[in-house]
Amino acid sequence: MLRVEGLTVGFDGVAALDHASLDVSNGETVTVLGPSGSGKTTLLRVVAGLQVPDKGRVVLDGKDLAGIPPHRRGIGLVFQDHALFPHRNVAENVGFGLRMRGDNPAATARRVRELLELVGLAGFERRSVGTLSGGEQQRVALARALAPEPRLLLLDEPLGSLDRRLRDRLLEDLARLFGQLDVTAVYVTHDHSEAFILGDRVAVMRRGRVVQVATPDELWARPADEDTARFLGIANVDGTEIVRPEAVAVRPAAARGDGTVETAVRVGPVVRLHVRLDDGRMLEAVMASLEHPRPGDRVDVEVDPRGIVRLR
Amino acid sequence: MDGHRDPLSSRAWRALVLGVPLAFLALFFLYPLAAIVERGLRGEGDPPLDVLTDPTTADVVWFTVWQALASTVLTIALALPAAYVLGRYRFRGRGLVGALVVVPFVLPTVVVALAFVAILPDGVERGWAPILVAHAFFNVAVVVRIVGTFWASLDPRVDEAAATLGARPLARFREITAPLLAPALAAAAAIVFLFSFTSFGVVLILGGPRFATLEAEIYNQAVRLFDLRAAAVLSIVQLACVVAAVWVATRLERRVVVTGQLRPESEVLRAPRTTRDKLVVGASLGGLALFLGLPLAVLVERSLAIGDGHGLHAYRALGRPTSVLLAAPWEAVLNSVVYAAAATAIALAVGGLAAFALATSRGRVLDSLILLPLGVSAVMLGLGFLIAFDTEPLDFRAASWLVPVAQALVAIPFVVRILVPTLRSIDPRQREAAALLGAPPARVRREIDLPIVSRGLAVAAAFAFAISLGEFGATVFLARPDRPTLPVAIFRFLGRPGEVNVAQAYALAVVLMVLTVVSVLLVERLRVRRGGWF
Repeated sequence: MLRVEGLTVGFDGVAALDHASLDVSNGETVTVLGPSGSGKTTLLRVVAGLQVPDKGRVVLDGKDLAGIPPHRRGIGLVFQDHALFPHRNVAENVGFGLRMRGDNPAATARRVRELLELVGLAGFERRSVGTLSGGEQQRVALARALAPEPRLLLLDEPLGSLDRRLRDRLLEDLARLFGQLDVTAVYVTHDHSEAFILGDRVAVMRRGRVVQVATPDELWARPADEDTARFLGIANVDGTEIVRPEAVAVRPAAARGDGTVETAVRVGPVVRLHVRLDDGRMLEAVMASLEHPRPGDRVDVEVDPRGIVRLR
Repeated sequence: MDGHRDPLSSRAWRALVLGVPLAFLALFFLYPLAAIVERGLRGEGDPPLDVLTDPTTADVVWFTVWQALASTVLTIALALPAAYVLGRYRFRGRGLVGALVVVPFVLPTVVVALAFVAILPDGVERGWAPILVAHAFFNVAVVVRIVGTFWASLDPRVDEAAATLGARPLARFREITAPLLAPALAAAAAIVFLFSFTSFGVVLILGGPRFATLEAEIYNQAVRLFDLRAAAVLSIVQLACVVAAVWVATRLERRVVVTGQLRPESEVLRAPRTTRDKLVVGASLGGLALFLGLPLAVLVERSLAIGDGHGLHAYRALGRPTSVLLAAPWEAVLNSVVYAAAATAIALAVGGLAAFALATSRGRVLDSLILLPLGVSAVMLGLGFLIAFDTEPLDFRAASWLVPVAQALVAIPFVVRILVPTLRSIDPRQREAAALLGAPPARVRREIDLPIVSRGLAVAAAFAFAISLGEFGATVFLARPDRPTLPVAIFRFLGRPGEVNVAQAYALAVVLMVLTVVSVLLVERLRVRRGGWF
């Protein structure tokens, strides 16, 4: 449905996008995952028509969008930090797109009420957007983008400015909404848990390029290269080979042992261990038990061969 | 701060920062104003009602109001494209544009009026149209700076959000940009209106005998017709108008701070990328440069013209005695510099203390009092000094220090407006940290406040100097005939027929322009990021 081909955008000689390509099919949610400065936001801005690319094409439903201004593309965009209209109340914000396409006031009011119910803000119509909390503003921004029933919904780090707990709650709401509404969406984030929870497929971006597109499971199982593996937070990357921390079993040394524990840190339900092997290599292991070795302890180490991934 | 004492400031210090500015303003601002009111209501001459009901008065008031309104509209129309460019694009020399646009604003009114006399063809160089254009020339800076700065803090994504929701460019301007910009536009408009309303030098030179504002008419009555009573009555009328306008202006300006979520410029500005972007930037700035640069260039050209050729004879003549002045023209340069330096010292001392008082308290009274001279015209100050300080024990008629005092009064609001935002930008925790590390209040001010404010002080000093150099409305009343300042000398030369006199007026105007521009550009080299609009 959406086809992005070889997009290139340079700012002051620096390439923000470098031949980036991506396909999104109907009803699918693709999350774009990458560190800041990788070109994610620029990709969305080009698709929305807010940024003219130096090279490349954006094709939506078989139609090349070059030269079509943003207000005639029918693409919704949820901005980072919301970009609500500060001089309009909640209903006026949500109804803006409907008014622009010329809906009558009664139909607009009905649709606004429907959307506010959908995002859990029923009764907020007359509130000024300045009085809303961050999470509420985010919901208004989402309702505003959804109101005119866009063919494609783009979301630019919509949860980026919210605190952890609020983010987790909104993330669940979003996942439920995407399932319920059957929208086609491109969701940009730098957070893998967001990308994995929401994305039917995940597109990994680095330095202006899309380096890998895969389902969350595939991506985790077979990262395309060393940098991707590192960015996903997979430890024990060694040039051509990954040893997954969950495949490393650590036990107190029966005899001489294979190495010495350097650090042991509890991260929620699991304990993350760094073991210095006697041949000098460092190995990260994860264990899910209450008892665990302490720094300085000698340990035996065993690696499950299924946890070893060879990189191309 | 409901009454509880700030542990970081001593009682003596607060008495100083409040007492000195209040005493200065009481003696040199409120007392002369009161003297005008007293003379207007009780002095000899026609009763006040006769002046008020005189058809000429109605004509003058009507002209003053409509020319101010028209000047405001024209200024905004001419400034808006440049404000848009400065508020939306990042490009090389953006800071320089912001700096250069201020130059006309501080140019002496006499110089600007003369520049338009020079550029406009004979026959149309005097009348209402040149007055409006000259006012726009001055005040473009106010609109470009206030609106441009505010525009640069408006999140462009709000506009983009409207675009993705289907709003066309025109609908976006109507629905999004205009309402968000309204407070800044209104504040700028109020200030331009006020400056145009109390315009004096421009109207005196370009208006000819037919077009007079209240300000010019006060001067006519006082100096040409020696009717101080009528001048005083007209002053009261003007004062009422100005107070009303200042009231509206401060209310509008207060609204500027409450709109939406403001962004730092770095997130807002973008480099022009497309050909269309570059065309918009080029055309807006090029048009403005032509409008602001051409009159000044022609002024320089005319100062060098002799017959059909060019030369320096008008400048050489500045060293020789003339029948127009009781001094050689070059002495006016010296007088101007000395007076302006003294005025700068006074303005910095009084304005600096007032800024300290304002920055650390929320006193509304001092706030409006200190800004009132901005609107209360220079001519009224001059007239007020004449009336107030002519009898013992306050007989200062022969005192030449009245000139710098009057100039300082005109400059003080600017000094305060530059310093207060800088002082307020100091994080109070810096002072608290210094206090906890053992610094007593005076030491905190010396170690924390002063170094941070010193650059602001330099900016304020240069501004005060430029404004004092060009001050005309009050100085023309107070400068002694044997000690004219540059603007006064230019005005005297213009009043005499003869090509040589006009050429000398042009030459003096160029000297004055160069002095002003140099001091302002020095400012911009020192400039730090600051709030406010100049």
